[in-house]
Amino acid sequence: MGKFNVLQHDLVPEHHVVPKSEEDKVLKELEIAKDLLPKISRSDPAIKALEEIHGPLDTGTIIRIVRRSPTMGYSTYYRVITSEVFK
Amino acid sequence: MTGGISKRIYKIQFALLSPEEIRKMSQVKVITADTYDDDGYPIERGLMDLHMGVIEPGLKCATCGGKVDECPGHFGHIELAMPVVHIGFIKELKTLLDATCKACGKIKLTDDEIRSYREKFDQLSLSTSDPEIIGLMSKKVTDEASQRMVCPHCGTQQTKIILDKPTTFREEGIKVTPKEIRERMERIPDDHLVFFGLNSEVARPEWMVLTVLPVPPINVRPSITLETGERSEDDLTHKLVDIIRISQRLRESRDNGSPQLIIEDLWDLLQFHVTTYFDNQTAGIPPARHRSGRALKTLVQRLKGKEGRFRSNLSGKRVNFSARTVISPEPFLSINEVGVPEKAARELTVPVTVNVFNVESIREFVKRGPEPRDEFGKYLAGVNYIIRPDGRRIKLTAQNAEENSKRIEPGWVVERQLTEGDIVLFNRQPSLHRMSMMGHTVRILDGQTFRFNLAVCTPYNADFDGDEMNLHIIQKEEARAEARIIMKVQEQIMSPRFGGPIIGGIHDHITSLFLLTHNNPLIPEDETVHILSYLDIESMPEPVIQDGKKFYAGRDIFSLILPKGLNLQFTSKLCTGAKEKCEYENDPADKLVYIVDGKMLHGTIDEAAIGSFSGEIIDKIFRKYGPAETARFIDRMTRLAVGFISVRGFSTGISDYDIPESAISRIAEISAQAIDRATKLIETYRQGQLQPAPGRSVEDTLEIEILSTTGMVRDESGKIASAYLGLNNPSVIMARSGARAKMLNISEVAGMVGQQSVRGGRLNRGYYGRTLPHFKVNDIGALARGFVQSSYKEGLNPLEYFMHSIGGREGLVDIAVRTSRSGYMQRRLINAFEDLKVDDDLRVQDTIGAVIQFKYGEDGVDPTRSDRGETVDVDYNAFDLEQEAEQ
Repeated sequence: MGKFNVLQHDLVPEHHVVPKSEEDKVLKELEIAKDLLPKISRSDPAIKALEEIHGPLDTGTIIRIVRRSPTMGYSTYYRVITSEVFK
Repeated sequence: MTGGISKRIYKIQFALLSPEEIRKMSQVKVITADTYDDDGYPIERGLMDLHMGVIEPGLKCATCGGKVDECPGHFGHIELAMPVVHIGFIKELKTLLDATCKACGKIKLTDDEIRSYREKFDQLSLSTSDPEIIGLMSKKVTDEASQRMVCPHCGTQQTKIILDKPTTFREEGIKVTPKEIRERMERIPDDHLVFFGLNSEVARPEWMVLTVLPVPPINVRPSITLETGERSEDDLTHKLVDIIRISQRLRESRDNGSPQLIIEDLWDLLQFHVTTYFDNQTAGIPPARHRSGRALKTLVQRLKGKEGRFRSNLSGKRVNFSARTVISPEPFLSINEVGVPEKAARELTVPVTVNVFNVESIREFVKRGPEPRDEFGKYLAGVNYIIRPDGRRIKLTAQNAEENSKRIEPGWVVERQLTEGDIVLFNRQPSLHRMSMMGHTVRILDGQTFRFNLAVCTPYNADFDGDEMNLHIIQKEEARAEARIIMKVQEQIMSPRFGGPIIGGIHDHITSLFLLTHNNPLIPEDETVHILSYLDIESMPEPVIQDGKKFYAGRDIFSLILPKGLNLQFTSKLCTGAKEKCEYENDPADKLVYIVDGKMLHGTIDEAAIGSFSGEIIDKIFRKYGPAETARFIDRMTRLAVGFISVRGFSTGISDYDIPESAISRIAEISAQAIDRATKLIETYRQGQLQPAPGRSVEDTLEIEILSTTGMVRDESGKIASAYLGLNNPSVIMARSGARAKMLNISEVAGMVGQQSVRGGRLNRGYYGRTLPHFKVNDIGALARGFVQSSYKEGLNPLEYFMHSIGGREGLVDIAVRTSRSGYMQRRLINAFEDLKVDDDLRVQDTIGAVIQFKYGEDGVDPTRSDRGETVDVDYNAFDLEQEAEQ
């Protein structure tokens, strides 16, 4: 079986890396400190898939997730990479 | 209740009690296992010594001199004859024993390793870092140390220590006594303890082996005097008695040089008693029992679980200003009301603060005393207590009412009894959603039960087969305002679960309005007047004159309760239930509900119009006119429904399921055919001729084929039966209107019960190769596997009855399993979500401000205001606008 890219699966929402240069803008827009953003584990399959494209991602990188929503069309969500492993 | 914070927790420290500390805080050394002497006086140095506090009125504490409610209780102590291990620290002791040298007590790491690890530990401060991280690091270090078999410090060869659960340690098969363990612990140097996560100042490891046992104050383990005058001691006291007794025997045996074997037995017994004193559910130890055979409730049992201190007394408490009684229905109450019996109303009070504006009226009020009635003997609210500004309560009696009314000044508080119009909270457990606790206004009624409108049964999930509910009287203005604005029943009509009404007509409401509107019957004038006398209508509808008599059309009567300006069209439920083509499919007058400007022009009112969960009319009234108007509609709708069905009359009986002889024999015929077909299938299968369906085994294919055969015959018989049961049949009316039951249930009664199943397949369990010994082994025919040919009306034969019971049992078991499992799931969800909140810009946050959702539900939509999850109902809005433009 060939390598499977989770991001291409229909049920996985789009994950994008927010470039370092845009981080401040995003945080300002959300009026929030980075440590209060929802977290995503470094070991998350989606992050691993992103690392295939972007090379290793530092903890603290912000990920923009675009989800389909029946009422809104789409909704954006932000998560920040952490080294924590969630049980 | 004063505002502000008087004390703030600065830090919490977990530590071990040292023997010295236990002795220091002890007021008495307990040496006798007895409690009271023959006169009932506490024995000195006994377990009920007066130094440990008082529970009997009249006596004074020997330590602080306080009386019963003044003395907080004081600790005592027991000197154990021999040390025993503390059951709560077994795991820690194991690690300590494993990771340190048996001879020199040092941690089994080289000096270099110690230095480098110490640096790491120094970086994390023991008191501020995340305990989880400290735990992980300590585990890593101790694991490494435990691997060493030779001590790097003194070179002693180490031996493996095995924990023989629950409390025995063995070294090469030989028991390590608690005394030996304690000695080894003492040898561990202070500066090595940091690797175990211990702070040597407050937690020396040898304190994990007990030599002195604290005796809790008497207030913690009060004895109770039974009616017979007999004394009954607390479980903890019983356990302490055991400990002292054994400790004493052990001491004597040791001192007079008894054989080692006896001493060891006693020592083990002491260990058992001390262990069960802490936790009577330790794995591997039989629980200590009371004389009656009941397991004792010791320290851990007091704290743990649903009935423990935390969940039962700290997270949840019993409250004042509440009442609980049986509920019963009262269709003449509004959905916003609750009927409260007088008995309860006299006990439940609302505090009213006296001020310069109300002082005169309150004086009058107080003058009436605690049990006033008006000139007709009807209930009037009285006053139970008045509270002076210094907080003293004065109980009001008929005698002192007059006098006390004069003393009242601004600043006093008067506890007034419940009166009509007070807003209260009404609740039924299990409180699974927010509609389980709603605000109602009070009506004082005769009788002993709480009463409410039947439409409110659905959100509470209540019925009247003995259900009880709770009532809470709100004590503060803010809470009252909140209850009125957001908790009142009318504000909860829309369910956040599916964005539709959860409050609406049930059972008879639906049947009644179905009968009123289906085929638009003409109701004679006298009956109409009677029915409408239940409602507050302004004028009668247009009459229909027939044979010189006045009649009123059912739909015109129903239109009276619709708000003016309501425009609405939708399909009624009538045709959705029908399997074949519905007889009303092309009859818009019956099928399509058409309401223009609050007048119902055609259609049939049924579950889809006014039912809870689905009621289209309720839904649209709520959106167009708001909660108050919707509540009025539901009130009037239920009154109209009850009025009409009372006049018309409605009942069903066994003869409603009579079908002609020919139909019965036809059903018997097709069921015999089905059995034949099943037999043939089995024959084909036995001959190996059965073609398996794609992706299935031959056996599976056979089962599916037989199931579909028996399923088909049930449907068929249902069809035959219902052909004779039309909309003039009460049961069919109930099923088709959605009031109760389904057509399937009717065909089970009149036609055939059909195939019984367990876990989706035919019955196959029981005896070896057969369900019952009435069948031959390996008979897989229709009858042997739970096919029921009879109908409920006709009656089931014993075999069928048995099969039916098996199928029925599965449902019961499912419900039992589901409720317990979903209850626990709910508890976990509630605990996880309890302190999340939605802030002003719809962001969902926890208490530290960490974001859970950037916009509530990711779209910021309140599901209650959505149209069953959709943003808007375009069709309805278009129709409404169109009609409004025309008017």
